[in-house]
Amino acid sequence: MARTIAEINEKIKAGKAVVFTAEEVIAVAREKGVKKAAQEVDVVTTGTFGIMCSSGAYFNIGHSTPRLKLGGGRAYLNDVPAYTGLGAADLFMGANALPDDDPRNRIHPGEFNYGGGHVIEELVAGKDVRLAATAYGTDCYPRKRLETLINIKDLNEAVLFNVRNAYQNYNVAVNLSDKTIYTYMGVLKPHLGNANYSSAGQLSPLFNDPYYRTIGIGTKIFLGGGIGFVAWQGTQHNPGVPRTEKGIPKEGAGTLAVIGDLKQMSPRWLMGSSVLGYGCSLTVGVGVPIPILSEEMLEYTAVTDADIYAPVIDYSDAFPNNKPDILAEVTYAELKSGRIKVKGKDVPTASRSSYPRAVEIATTLKEWIRTGKFLLTESVQPLPGAESGAVIKPLNERPIEY
Amino acid sequence: MTVSKRIVLRFPRRLVERPIVYRLVKDYDLEFNILKASITPEEEGLLVLELKGDQKEYDKGIKFLIKAGVKIQSLSQDVTRNEERCTSCGACITVCPTGAFSLDPKTREVLFDNEKCIACGLCIPACPPRAMEVHF
Ligand code: SF4
Ligand code: SF4
Repeated sequence: MARTIAEINEKIKAGKAVVFTAEEVIAVAREKGVKKAAQEVDVVTTGTFGIMCSSGAYFNIGHSTPRLKLGGGRAYLNDVPAYTGLGAADLFMGANALPDDDPRNRIHPGEFNYGGGHVIEELVAGKDVRLAATAYGTDCYPRKRLETLINIKDLNEAVLFNVRNAYQNYNVAVNLSDKTIYTYMGVLKPHLGNANYSSAGQLSPLFNDPYYRTIGIGTKIFLGGGIGFVAWQGTQHNPGVPRTEKGIPKEGAGTLAVIGDLKQMSPRWLMGSSVLGYGCSLTVGVGVPIPILSEEMLEYTAVTDADIYAPVIDYSDAFPNNKPDILAEVTYAELKSGRIKVKGKDVPTASRSSYPRAVEIATTLKEWIRTGKFLLTESVQPLPGAESGAVIKPLNERPIEY
Repeated sequence: MTVSKRIVLRFPRRLVERPIVYRLVKDYDLEFNILKASITPEEEGLLVLELKGDQKEYDKGIKFLIKAGVKIQSLSQDVTRNEERCTSCGACITVCPTGAFSLDPKTREVLFDNEKCIACGLCIPACPPRAMEVHF
């Protein structure tokens, strides 16, 4: 069998597309067999909802009278510094940005109650945000100071642009040392006191299209409660890692850079987040539809938690010092059972990303497609695949000679 | 008026042996439910109680405790969860010392059992969207 995206879109428009979530399709494939299921199913929807640090948004605030040039000046949104290296009225706010006077980790572990991710959430929620800017003044942009409330509805553009989201697989974090550590993977108790993982597993977008056969640049997606697009491969995209027989990467691999109009998104799916002892971030909802163009695609989307392995890494030493040591490989089925075995010890597990919310994203996207509100796009260029030779490199530090 | 409150009692060693709770029942007609009882490393007695009875008698009972040298901290609905902000991420589960959070095995939603909470506050900064709130 073979199907095209154009054919699927015709069925969507006619209200006849057969759509399942990546969780539901597992049972469909089991019941009917891959061949029959592939003939019947048009689209499988995926979802993930977790803290995604390399997220941010850019804004065009409109020109003040007299004009002020933000570029090269300084700007703050609710006291959080925004990036001003762009043009006169453009700003970029990254999810990890912190107010200058935040105590950070001076009293360890720092709480990180408010940062860039929270500013983005407040804007999306339609709340007024304080903008304070200073500039050096030019003949054409003479103004030097600006303090005003801004609101997303008045901005010319407000665009979410996340340079690395939706990691295909991730580490399971543990702590072998004898003191509690506070990491981006959460609070880790000493002597293997707990293990934290962060993936929706069988529902996660890139596990359902492990070789990026359909997900590529230009793919239309669910982003932050609205519609977005895959803009590029995400930073640290690393397709060449070891994979299982079914093609599932056994460690962090592919990533997505995504973009979308912030004005149609919702604070339920973009939440400012605080990571104890680590920093501020943004929890992002991403869902990708996967067209079942062939039996192969149906087989990929039928992947289960038991087929997906993640590496257990010590975050007290191996991670900070870039050592390659993997303590164990465990499946997401084991992780979700609540306990895993590491070095002979029974370790309680907890997730960092929300499975119920991932289900909600996949279900929402399914409804959008079923009711004809969401058509699929053809990608304009595939992401670099396992065969591309793309690898991520550590930083090669070289002495600077003075 | 009947009240039901949850309180933490801390009492010095010399009081550990005395029948304080019994007096609450006998003299003030209060019902109690022991949620947690232990001796701290400093050899202080620690008792988490749910206390129920007539408001006036309850107040008298509390006065009696304070006079006897017991330190009291209110715990009634101290820590609550803002359901709007909870994403069921799970970051709190292994942080809580009393197991107040559990996972619904079917929906994988994170459930919060207020009854088990001793208001230690550990989950508050550990919850990324700050869904856990303290009320005084
Ligand atoms: S850490 Fe917070 S958001 Fe996550 S499950 Fe617990 S209460 Fe809910
Ligand atoms: S306050 Fe302490 S006991 Fe109560 S739920 Fe949070 S961590 Fe558990």
